[in-house]
Amino acid sequence: MKLLTHNMLTSHVKGVIKGYPLIIKATEVKVNELEFNGQFVSRMIPKLEWSALIQAAGWLGQSQDLPSTLIPDYENDEEFLRKVHRILLEVEVIEGCLQCPESGREFPISKGVPNMLLNEDE
Amino acid sequence: CLKGLLFYVFSLTVGCMLYTIHITFDDIQNKLVADLGCGCGVLSVGAAVLDAGLCVRFDIDEDALDIFKGNVEDFELSNIDMVQCDVCSIGSSYAKKFDTVIMNPPFGTKHNQGIDMQFLRTAISMASTAVYSLHKTSTRDHIQKKANDWKVKKVIAGNIYFRC
Repeated sequence: MKLLTHNMLTSHVKGVIKGYPLIIKATEVKVNELEFNGQFVSRMIPKLEWSALIQAAGWLGQSQDLPSTLIPDYENDEEFLRKVHRILLEVEVIEGCLQCPESGREFPISKGVPNMLLNEDE
Repeated sequence: CLKGLLFYVFSLTVGCMLYTIHITFDDIQNKLVADLGCGCGVLSVGAAVLDAGLCVRFDIDEDALDIFKGNVEDFELSNIDMVQCDVCSIGSSYAKKFDTVIMNPPFGTKHNQGIDMQFLRTAISMASTAVYSLHKTSTRDHIQKKANDWKVKKVIAGNIYFRC
């Protein structure tokens, strides 16, 4: 599970009002190289919940001086874009779980795939 | 053996579809792509090979997960990700988050009729630019009508023929 994907995931447990962001508890994390494309990263940034990304990076011990708020004119800052590229696309959670911040319900991550399926009563 | 052959034929068809999406509409390279009901993952492997920025697969099925891991290893593709979930329950969680949605939705059986339309509706909510989806020819008018109801700007239909 990459952090670009994690940034979009919410908990839909019944009755939960704000199941976001899902807390990451990782037991295995890998970093896989992926070709850098500044344009793609630049376009993804406005779609992100930036604070959730920073929190996620923190949970994985990958904060790497990413700023807590977006810098202006980031589109032209290649060093910044490369850092964002790494955290969004190269760092992957292979095993662990995602925890709903409100209900505490845990969604397992296995072989890199989070299982967001709910039981019938949830 | 027959299953293998059908898969191969299907791959050629899907390959043509993806190639058209890429060359004619430029909706794959460097785009954030979603593959709904990815099943064996042919579509997302294709999208990854065509340099999607990232292709995220969504499927409910356990088998699809194993295939995902296999694809990543065998093809050494790192621009694919996957989420196990029920596409019919997604609602508007991913509203406009993706540039493009590609899919070969389940066509529906006696027990889950209309599932292809549910998938289509979800796909349209997720995509900011375009949805590419395979449907039975017999549903063409129905889809056009629904697309109008959902205020979809443009529906372009192509035909793919299977010769038996």
